[in-house]
Amino acid sequence: MRHLRMPAAFALALGLIAGACGGGPTTTPTASPGATGAAVSSDPFVMLSTQLNTVTESEALRSQILSGFTAAKVEFRGETAGPFADRIVAESKAGKGTVGVIGGLHGDFGALDLNLFEDLTPLATKLKDRGFPAEFMELGKLGTTRQIYIPWMQATYILGVNKQALQYLPSGVSVDNITYQQLTQWCKNISDQTGRKRCGLPAGPMSLLHRLIQGYMYPAYTGGLVTTYKSSDAAALWQEMKNLWQYTNPQSLQIDFMQESMLSGEVWVGFDHVARLVKAFEGKPNDFVAAPAPKGPKGLYYMSVLAGLGIPKSTPNKSGAEAFIDYMTTTAVQAKTLTTVAFFPVLTQEVSAGVPPHLKAISDGVQKQAKHADAKVALLPIGLGAKGGEFNKVQLDTFQRIVIKNEDITKVLSEQATILQAVMNDTKAPCWRPDPPSTGPCQVK
Amino acid sequence: MAVRAGRALPFPARFVRSENALPLGLLAPTIIFLTLLILIPVAQAILLSFQAVPGTLGFEAYRRMVTDVAFADSLRNTLLLLILVVPVQLVLALAMALLIHSRFPGHGVFLYIFALPLAISDLAAGIVWLAIFADTGYLNSALNGLGLTTDPINFLSYENLHLLLGTVIVAESWRATAIVLVILLAGLQLIPREYFEAADLFGASRLKRTLLIVLPMLRPSLQSALIIRTIFAFQTFAVVLALAGRQLPVLSYEAYDWYYNNRNEFIAAAFAALILVMTMTVVFFYLRLLRVKDAELQR
Repeated sequence: MRHLRMPAAFALALGLIAGACGGGPTTTPTASPGATGAAVSSDPFVMLSTQLNTVTESEALRSQILSGFTAAKVEFRGETAGPFADRIVAESKAGKGTVGVIGGLHGDFGALDLNLFEDLTPLATKLKDRGFPAEFMELGKLGTTRQIYIPWMQATYILGVNKQALQYLPSGVSVDNITYQQLTQWCKNISDQTGRKRCGLPAGPMSLLHRLIQGYMYPAYTGGLVTTYKSSDAAALWQEMKNLWQYTNPQSLQIDFMQESMLSGEVWVGFDHVARLVKAFEGKPNDFVAAPAPKGPKGLYYMSVLAGLGIPKSTPNKSGAEAFIDYMTTTAVQAKTLTTVAFFPVLTQEVSAGVPPHLKAISDGVQKQAKHADAKVALLPIGLGAKGGEFNKVQLDTFQRIVIKNEDITKVLSEQATILQAVMNDTKAPCWRPDPPSTGPCQVK
Repeated sequence: MAVRAGRALPFPARFVRSENALPLGLLAPTIIFLTLLILIPVAQAILLSFQAVPGTLGFEAYRRMVTDVAFADSLRNTLLLLILVVPVQLVLALAMALLIHSRFPGHGVFLYIFALPLAISDLAAGIVWLAIFADTGYLNSALNGLGLTTDPINFLSYENLHLLLGTVIVAESWRATAIVLVILLAGLQLIPREYFEAADLFGASRLKRTLLIVLPMLRPSLQSALIIRTIFAFQTFAVVLALAGRQLPVLSYEAYDWYYNNRNEFIAAAFAALILVMTMTVVFFYLRLLRVKDAELQR
């Protein structure tokens, strides 16, 4: 049945590309019945996602992307990680579900029992000509032999810079190649010369500060995260964070998305997830440039955030869900995803059709970061399951205690390292990049 | 009649005809509702808070709760908000209720204006006040426009914790005074006019009328208002979250954070149990302190 649907899926993809190129309404030849009558069921289903769950993103997805998929009616529901997990588990326990497709970050899948998901290996085989990077497909297996999710879209974190700030760069320093120390000096210059603290770190309650600590700062200073948590290199990192914080906008503690503060001019130099910077670039395309994240003594580490699409075993429409994943990973839809919600494609081939200038600007920053001579990739935590939140809390509490409450660095690192080790022992998670591989649970050294 | 029915009829019919049937029947929906949606979940939550170590009952969740980085601060802030917000609201609501009760021309308009915040959700109220107090918010723009300040005042920074707390108190007072007002106004309207007529007869001043008639007669309403407001104060969440983010942790936010962000339902349940115990303690004291005599209730 699956192989018979191949031509139909191809027709669907081609139709979409043709539609997108022609600029006309996308007349989607929905996965039509094959010769034997094997068809994609048109039973409606819900797409439950931890991504694109803000009102504007959800609306954009519904009107621009979901509307092009006509094989079955798909209702998009954005959720935060907690209710997301609860609903999937509840539907599985009930043995009857409305959620047909799940969209989530790598870690969102990892937080759940992987037996709740269909094995998508046949679908992956079918889609292998799309050109997903092998590394992403491997991540989609979450350490098993089954394909738990198909890569959907990716993002990363970069510096968004108001052009007014460039004149205060320390002399001889390029914005495209800056160390954390130079960033501090830059922020000090801005603060001294304009009288306002205009550097921003997203440290609000819904912010992604923990990711900046896990994937950027810790690896850049220590070359690791868990193994080096209380090393002397880590102490040097936190000392630098304290220095930087002196010149950071104090409202950073409420900032969840850097873009609003950057648009209002309160923040000139902001370090955040691309999707949380994009509105600044969109609102004032001539005011901002995108630059790579800063580097540290161990290099420019950056975190590539991967989101994937999976199918729960309780799906009400498996064939529809597979056709949907097929649709979402076509080049045309990938380009549209970038244009409408600013998440980057997961395909190796160039996807640039109709991409507007502000996204091109961000895209350039992302490229510069990936191509930087000292660039190295750090991964989102793997294997922590439901303890992912507690793991994040260790870094956030460390930040809170050292940077905000001014507690002694060595003492805090030693205490937080104990909590960190307990989380690792509970989950038995082995080390992930940039920590060196381990056989048992990852150990703080 | 009950006796005769008791002899002649089987149990269900006997019960239906008994004098207890009507009150119990009327109470039944409430009792079922409270049991299913309040009592059972509360019991489950308390049980959950003792189950942090799988397979055993113990205090591990409570140990981790009290050693949590934000625990001391969130406890202090919650109590501080309670102590500062509730009296402000009570005084304000009483003044507003008396103003409306004086039935001056156009008092109805004031009732609508005062009650307006009731219709707005907590989070929306928090965001409205955020728009006022932010660095580039309305208040700073106004101060700047009037030439009173050159640089914006950081109302919402942990560096000025007093200002931050002040903004939360203002926002919380604005948001939740209306509910107290409505309760007090209802209580005021229940005071029989004869008392006021008698007071007029003896030439009592407005102040004396308020102190000697209104306040004592209003005690049952004050008690209800205090209890409801205190429960709300322990649950303060959205306004603080919108205005202060992580800078001003409160107990209910910690419970939320442990459940949704840290995915640890045991510690979240421990926080919830703590809020429950504290609320019950305070409510118990109110009930003792403002004990309403039966005679007053039958008024």
